[in-house]
Order: sequence, then structure tokens, then C-alpha cells
Amino acid sequence: MANLEETSAKQYEAGSYDVIVVGAGHAGSEAALAAARMGNQTLLVTINLDMVAFMPCNPSVGGPAKGIVVREIDALGGQMGKNIDKTYVQMRMLNTGKGPAVRALRAQADKHAYHRQMKLTIEEEPNLTLRQATVDDLIVEDGVCKGVVTNTGARYRAKAVVLTVGTAARGKIIIGELTYQSGPNNSKPAIKLSEALERLGFELERFKTGTPPRVNGKTIDYDQTEEQPGDEVPHHFSFDTPDSAYLPLKDQLSCWLTYTNPQVHDLIRANLNRAPMFSGIIEGVGPRYCPSIEDKVVRFADKDRHQLFLEPEGRDTAEYYVDGLSTSFPEEIQRQILQKIKGLEHVEMMRPGYAIEYDVVAPHQLHPTLETKLVKNLYTAGQTNGTSGYEEAAGQGLIAGINAGLRAQGKEPFVLKRSDAYIGVMIDDLVTKGTKEPYRLLTSRAEYRLILRHDNADLRLMEMGHAIGLVSDKRLAKMEAKKAAVADEIKRLKATRVKPGSAADDFIQAHGDHPLKDSLTGAALLKRPYVTYDQLVTFVGAPAAELDRQAKEQVEIQLKYEGYIKKEEVKVNRLKRMEAKRIPATIDYSKIAGLATEGRQKLEKIRPETLAQAGRISGVNPADLAILSVYLQQGMKN
Amino acid sequence: MAQTEADTIAAISTPVGEGGIAIIRVSGDQAIPVVNQLVRGKDLTTVASHTINYGHLMDPESKAEVDEVMVSVMKAPRTYTKEDVVEINCHGGLLATNRALQLVLTHGARLAEPGEFTKRAFLNGRLDLSQAEAVMDLIRAKTDRSMQVALNQLDGDLSRLIKDLRKQILDVLAQVEVNIDYPEYDAVEEMTSQLLKEKATMIRDHLTALLASAKQGKVLRDGLATAIIGRPNVGKSSLLNTLLHEDKAIVTNVAGTTRDVIEEYVNVKGVPLHLIDTAGIRDTADQVEKIGVERSKQALKAADLVLLLLDISREITDEDRELLELTAKQPRIVLLNKTDLPHRFDPAQIKDLVGASPVIETSITSQTGIDQLGAAIAKLFFEQGVDRNQGTVLVTNARHISLLHQAKDALDDVLAGLEAGMPVDLVQIDMTRCWDLLGEITGDHYQDELLDQLFSQFCLGK
Repeated sequence: MANLEETSAKQYEAGSYDVIVVGAGHAGSEAALAAARMGNQTLLVTINLDMVAFMPCNPSVGGPAKGIVVREIDALGGQMGKNIDKTYVQMRMLNTGKGPAVRALRAQADKHAYHRQMKLTIEEEPNLTLRQATVDDLIVEDGVCKGVVTNTGARYRAKAVVLTVGTAARGKIIIGELTYQSGPNNSKPAIKLSEALERLGFELERFKTGTPPRVNGKTIDYDQTEEQPGDEVPHHFSFDTPDSAYLPLKDQLSCWLTYTNPQVHDLIRANLNRAPMFSGIIEGVGPRYCPSIEDKVVRFADKDRHQLFLEPEGRDTAEYYVDGLSTSFPEEIQRQILQKIKGLEHVEMMRPGYAIEYDVVAPHQLHPTLETKLVKNLYTAGQTNGTSGYEEAAGQGLIAGINAGLRAQGKEPFVLKRSDAYIGVMIDDLVTKGTKEPYRLLTSRAEYRLILRHDNADLRLMEMGHAIGLVSDKRLAKMEAKKAAVADEIKRLKATRVKPGSAADDFIQAHGDHPLKDSLTGAALLKRPYVTYDQLVTFVGAPAAELDRQAKEQVEIQLKYEGYIKKEEVKVNRLKRMEAKRIPATIDYSKIAGLATEGRQKLEKIRPETLAQAGRISGVNPADLAILSVYLQQGMKN
Repeated sequence: MAQTEADTIAAISTPVGEGGIAIIRVSGDQAIPVVNQLVRGKDLTTVASHTINYGHLMDPESKAEVDEVMVSVMKAPRTYTKEDVVEINCHGGLLATNRALQLVLTHGARLAEPGEFTKRAFLNGRLDLSQAEAVMDLIRAKTDRSMQVALNQLDGDLSRLIKDLRKQILDVLAQVEVNIDYPEYDAVEEMTSQLLKEKATMIRDHLTALLASAKQGKVLRDGLATAIIGRPNVGKSSLLNTLLHEDKAIVTNVAGTTRDVIEEYVNVKGVPLHLIDTAGIRDTADQVEKIGVERSKQALKAADLVLLLLDISREITDEDRELLELTAKQPRIVLLNKTDLPHRFDPAQIKDLVGASPVIETSITSQTGIDQLGAAIAKLFFEQGVDRNQGTVLVTNARHISLLHQAKDALDDVLAGLEAGMPVDLVQIDMTRCWDLLGEITGDHYQDELLDQLFSQFCLGK
């Protein structure tokens, strides 16, 4: 039973729910919506209702790997894709010159509209109650979480609880010599909840992240910068948003590119003694992929400039986010730095950049369902689990919300495999390997990335979303119709042939290829790099029912990259055989003769759920794995 | 995970010193097709289960015959592992057996881990419960030992070369990745198809050269063809026996060694010697008068190294002079044997004929000078390079050769993909496979290497 001596308010029983979600950031919003949509009476509590789905860092959603996660969330029935589709100010497809597996959609968000839209969606959700409160403690009985206690004394009961505390967890802001307890963007921190987790025996780590200064866009000299507009061609994140809803380019807002310079770098170097990163004030571990400007200047001393992107924070504000200039220098130095940058010579800084330190639940303490191993029915997601990024948070929030909802209903848990989704890769990395720095998804973390594309997230995951209850029959039917149309068209193209001497042959030769000797299937012709689907149908005719843009794209990708896709599928099937070998939760590694000491310790710490997961733990060698599989076989016979 | 129970595995499964035949056992889904493509004779995919089939083991690429073999085909489930099992009975000794194993490994099977056949037998329900503990002990003991052995076997030069190649591949991979994850950062040069093609070609050339060394570096694989010559009764047979005796401990440590092999294949100070015409020497001992220079001349034709014995307890003869002249241009070591007896000639007498060849004084009967002989062979081999080009790294381990082949195949796929106009990030899939395979040779499996490289090499934002 929790110790509540420090709570000043008198406690009262405030009601009971199926699922309670603590924190309404990007993880909490998804978790609460998912649980409620599955039919669970759900309570979402957060410290400040004006910061629901707030973007304390850059005003953008998507990008490489992350954009695929947004599509995956959407396919499973989550909200992030729909929310950004309604509130973006610019949309861009990245990596268009590369292969289909790494193309990535990124949107610049109107951060205020994004918050308002998500808050409204939550408010309108039938089974969902949104309430402002600070959770100080958890109700835990016999290792099972039974609810939460707020600072106002409310005791809420629930069958499952999801914690998405983010950087509020014992947050501390650092600006030069100044430090103070705070959540993101000067919000109230959550201090007592961390203490409660420590009392329960959780191992907490201290991470650090940071954000750049915001400037007044009316004081930027845009002529000194390069314009970065959005795309003309329509793209959205959600399966349900039609192309017709796309914002014409003239209605989109641009970003602006400028650079640091040697004068800026000199200034930074001269003031390193005042940089908390180097003076020792910051103890938390920061992300390598998102270094502060002082870190960049020190580590890459040979570079005489670094890119800076000026990004609008929304339509109803003049604030601009200076992407690339994350810093925890004193305010005074930040202002000097800004004014040495081209285009920003006369800029007004509106908010200083800052670093923030916060508590993280070391993620090896979690099951792949995101339930904690220590306390049953308690789930954690988002930055609390050591990740960084809105999309990473939302993806975990969705999975935690789904599993909390399933638990409340007494159903089997839901786990995405590494071969199912980037979300699966992320969660497996977290619970199997842990993380020493804020974890960001990168395409290189996925070993099956040609299968985990953004264009096929619907085909990969929507059926799962439907089975969980987050995807309607109608939506599923629409996806299945698309799938069938694609399959039919591929079949047709494999049966249709182009002949020597035909217009197709002329086209081939016009591209410097050898003339056709024999006839060639349409499918084979499409594999040639210079042939597009639209080009191909001019030779082989269009199918009876013409395909939409997304279906055409699918046909083209599935045929063009067939060989590579098949290769990856072989790998995936091998993995699945290993994933099918489950390790019982009750296994006692001390009883297995022959395990090496290191392997035994690592297995004991991580407690993998399948043989495949065991194989991914560093320190578990092939002999340990072989012995484990023999032991499991033996157990199954007993 | 690189290896799974879905793979088809192979290994030499005959224990040391049990008869003149070595058996290569292949087990798994693909066991029959893998072997079938290597055997000229019956179509093994259609023969009845549990039959033994006569045929010739061929290298499908070079069409060269490796050995005359008997192939047992046993279909699942009535086999040791309860999987399809094929056993190739070789009788050509260690060399042919090793070559046969290499063929199997480069045509679809991977080398079995120690104890893996037994492990599969257990997992597939072939062995009973009481044996489980024993299987685990077996895996532990054998795996730890084999890891050690594999590490020891790894030639320092090979290891360095592979690590260097991996570093170069890693640079390529990191650059492709950084282009993908940070498309808007201009600080990073775009990895183009052209650049990737150049790198892949360069690395493939290295691997091709390595594999050529495995194929042509017959010295380490087949042994240095060594002729022991001299006139009758000079001590050839004693020398042969001494070499065999010296080597016994080493020979019996080699898996699959048979008595046949012991007769012709010895290891002296790390130099494998393939002794030519051992039968001739034995005959000599039996029928002293019949054999002389003529027989030696035959042996010389095929020799990489000549061990020429002279009897210092007798006058130098015309026959001795003739042999010295005959071998003047070959790498050779001259042994002045029987130094335990009174000397009858001064080595200076034959100085002109000996030339720069090392001269070792020995008494085989009293076992003196043998170490010096070994040292001289090693020196000649390692420093002066008998049949070994300077700077060439020789690959001899079947597992390494198999991995190098697969790595080269991956690079061929990279180049084919580029040729077909595939985007760099797709071609990357095969480049990564190559990197993983080479990592298996050196035992480097650190998965975060790539990310470390990414973050240390490039300055990234966002």
C-alpha cells in the first residue's frame, strides 16, 4: 500500500474505470483513445488540459522511419495520422529519389491546431473522460496495480493503468547556470510519481533532451535564407484522408534554410565554460542523433557551418522554431548566437532554448506488451520508456492502450513482431536491448525494411486493428478491396505480353535497351527502371476497373522490387519459426545446466518471451541458445 | 540471427583414425538437392530412401572430378536427425574429403556446429529424455572449444584483411543510411550508384583473390609436394618414418584423418607436406637393388620441395652428383645423413653442386638434426615463399571459404542490382548481407556498430 503522508488533500474514492491513462501527450492520447474505442470506460488525466498532444519540441510529424510509424498507427486504428492530416501547414515526401522502402512523409504541424484537434477528438470520444489532475501515487495491492491517487486526493480505481509521464517525470530545466524543476515548456513537473515508482522497486534512469530557441518570424530577413516549400503532389498520412482534401501549395507554409558560420562557432567555443553540457551541470544522457549546437561545434570542429531550418509553429502565431540550434546556453549567449546568423541578425528571441532532464523507466523492465514485469496491470509508454519523438511515443501509447484495454477485458495481449512493423522493431529493441540514450527510430534499426514500407502499412496491419476492434468493418472492406484489386492487376500483368516490334519495343529501344527478341510479360517490362505503371498500361491496356493512385503505386512497387521483397520474406519466415518457440514465464534459468554465466545473467534480466528474442540479447551466445532450446524441448515433454 | 534450425547442415562425421573412409553427413530440408547437384551418377532426388548409390563427386563450376564416392540417401523421418540425411562416403583421404565438404558448403549447406546433428536428433524427438542433459553438456563443451579453435585457426593476415574490408563496407553502409535518415542534411555526400558500384567491385575483387588463394594456394590445402630422394640405403625410409612419427600427434587431431592420409600428408612446423611416392620409398626399403635414380626422377617432376639425402659415411658417388645436378633449380634441402658414422667426404667437395641450398647434417637413426630440418623447411616456406606469392593471404578453413563464397555472391547481387537500376537503399540489403557474412568469419557481431559509425562520422541534427 502506498505511502501518502506528504499528500495534503484528504483522499476520497473518486470512481472506478476499466483503464486509466496518466498523461495526455502523444503517447497518452493514443493510449486513451484506443482503450476507449475498444469499449473500455477510460479516464485520461493530465497535469494541464491546455497541453493535450502538445508539441514542446519541433512542430513537425513524420520523416524517415517516423513517418512510417504514423502510417502504422493509422492502419491499426490510432489517431495521429488523422490529426496531422487536419492540422498540417506543409506536407513533403522525403527520399523520393530512393527506393520505396525509405520514402517518408513529413508534415509541418500547426502545433496549436494539432493540440486543439486532438483535445476535441478526446472530448468527443464516448467512453473517454478527460480530466486535469496530477497523479502522485499508484494503488498497488499484491503486485497488481489497482488505480491511481491524485494530488487533490481523488482515488481512482481501474483494471489497468498506463503511465505516459514524458519529461514531466521529475523534470528539471537547464538554461546556462539556471536550473529549476519543471515539465516541458515550463509546465508543472510530476515529482511524486517518480518517488512512487522508486518505492515500488523500479530502476529509473536519467535522460536529457533539449529544444532550440523560438524567434519572432516578423523579425526574420527571409531574403537571406532559402525557401523550402511543400509538395504539389497530394499525400496524407491517414488511409481515410482523400487526395481531394490536400492543401494546395499556395495555402501551405514554407520553411526557411539558413546556416551557422565560423563567427557563431567562435562564439560558442569562447563560451563553452557556460555550457551546462560541458560544465557538468547536465548529468542526464542526451541523444547522439539530436546533438545541441554546442555539441556539434565541439565534436565536428572541422565543419564551418551547420544547417538551420526555420519552421513556422502555426498559422496563428509568429513564432518560429530554429531547427538545428538546440541549446542549453545561458539566455544571454543564445541571443548573441542568433544575431550572428544570416537572416537572423535582427531577430527577436521569444523563448530561449533549454535542456530538460527527466526520469525514465529502464525499459528492460517491460514485457513486449509494455506491461511492467514488476507490477501487473501497469503499463508504461513514450518518453517514460526512454524514447524520443512524438511518433515513437504515439506508437507505444497505442500498443500500451490496446494491451491495457485487452487486459481489462480479460483478452489475450497484442504484440507486433519486428517483421510486422517499425513499432514492433522499436518495442523489441527497448525491451530486449534497453537504451542508453533517448531512443529514436531509424530505418537502419529495421532488418526487414523493404517489407515495412509506409505505402503498405494498411495492408500489413489493418486486419490486426480490425481484430482488436479499432478498425471498422467498412474501413477493412475498403482496404481489402484495394488489396484484391492490386493482386488481380499483378496477375493480369504477369499474363499479358508485349511483342517484338510493338510500341513497347520502340519504347524499350528509345531508352537504349536491346530490342525484344521474344515477347515479354507486362510484369517483366515493369521491372525495368525506366518503365512506370502508367507507361505500361499504354502498351498493355488498362484493367477493367481502373486503379486509384495508391493501388497503382502498390502494383508498381510489388512488381518492380519483387526479387528483393521475396528475399526479405525468406528471412522473415525464418524469424517466425524462432518467434514461434515461446519461453514459459515461469522458466528458472538457474536450473539449466550448461548456460554460460553471462548468458544466464542476461536471460534472467531480460526474461525473453521467445527463442528469437533470446537470440537478440547481447551476451547470449549460440551455445546458450542451443542449450535453451534443448531445455525448452525437454520441458514441453515433461 | 544468422543460423537457424531451418538450415541444411553438413560436416565430416567420421571420427579420427577409424578406417580409410571419411563420411560427410548432410542433414536438412535441402540435403538431397544440395548433394544431387554435385554428384554425377544416379538422380538422388528420385532414388529410394535408405539406398547407397555409386557416383562421382564433381565441382559443378570447373567440372573437375573430386572423388569417387558412395552416397547414402536417407529420407525423413527414419534418420538420425529425423530430417533428410545424405552421407557422402569419400575415400580419397583428407584432401579429397575437405574439398568435398567445401563443395557441399558452397552449394547450399552450412557447416554444422559441434553437436548440432545430435541436437537436431533431440529436438526432432529422436533421442529420449534422459539424453537431454548429455546433449547440453556436449554443446557447451564442443562449442566453447570449437570457438577457441576457430579463433586460433584464423590467420592473422586474413583477420586483418577481413576487418579492413568490413570497415570499408561499413563506411558505405553508414553513408547510405545517413542519406536515408537525414535526407535534408547537405553535410553528407550522397552515396550514388556509381560510388557504390566502385566500392562493391573493389571489395569483390579482394574476395575473388582470397577465394583464388583458397583454390590455387594448393600448398596449404594440398600440402607442399615433397619428394624424398637419394640413392638406395641413404635413409629415405627412415626419414619418412621419422616425419610421420613426428607428425602423429598433429595428424590425429585433424577431424576425418584416416590412415591413408597419414601415409602421405604430414605437418612439419606448420608446413603441410604432401609426400610424393611414399610407396616408392617403401618399395625401396624392401627391394634395395631395383630402385635408383630413375624412380627419383619421376617423383621430382611433381615436387615443390626436394629433400635430397646424401650418405656422409660413404664416398660421394656419380649417382649423388647426378641427383644434385638434376635438382639444382628446384627448392631443396640437402641432408648429410648418418653423421653418427665416420665421415667419408668433406661437404666442401660438393659446394658447387649444392649452391645456395640449405645443408643439414642429420643422423636419423640417432634422431639428430630433425629439428633443424623442420626449421629449414619452415624457413624456406614462410620466408622465401615456396609457391607462395608475397602478400597473398591464404584461406584454408572450410567454414571461412564457405562464408567468403556467400559474401562474394552477395556482392554479385549488389552489382546485379545496380546494373538493373535498383535504388541504392535496396542494393544496400545485399551489401549488409556481405558485411554480416564477413563478420561471421572474424566473429564480429556487434549490431550497434552501424549506428555508432553513423553518429561518430556524421554531424546530424533534428
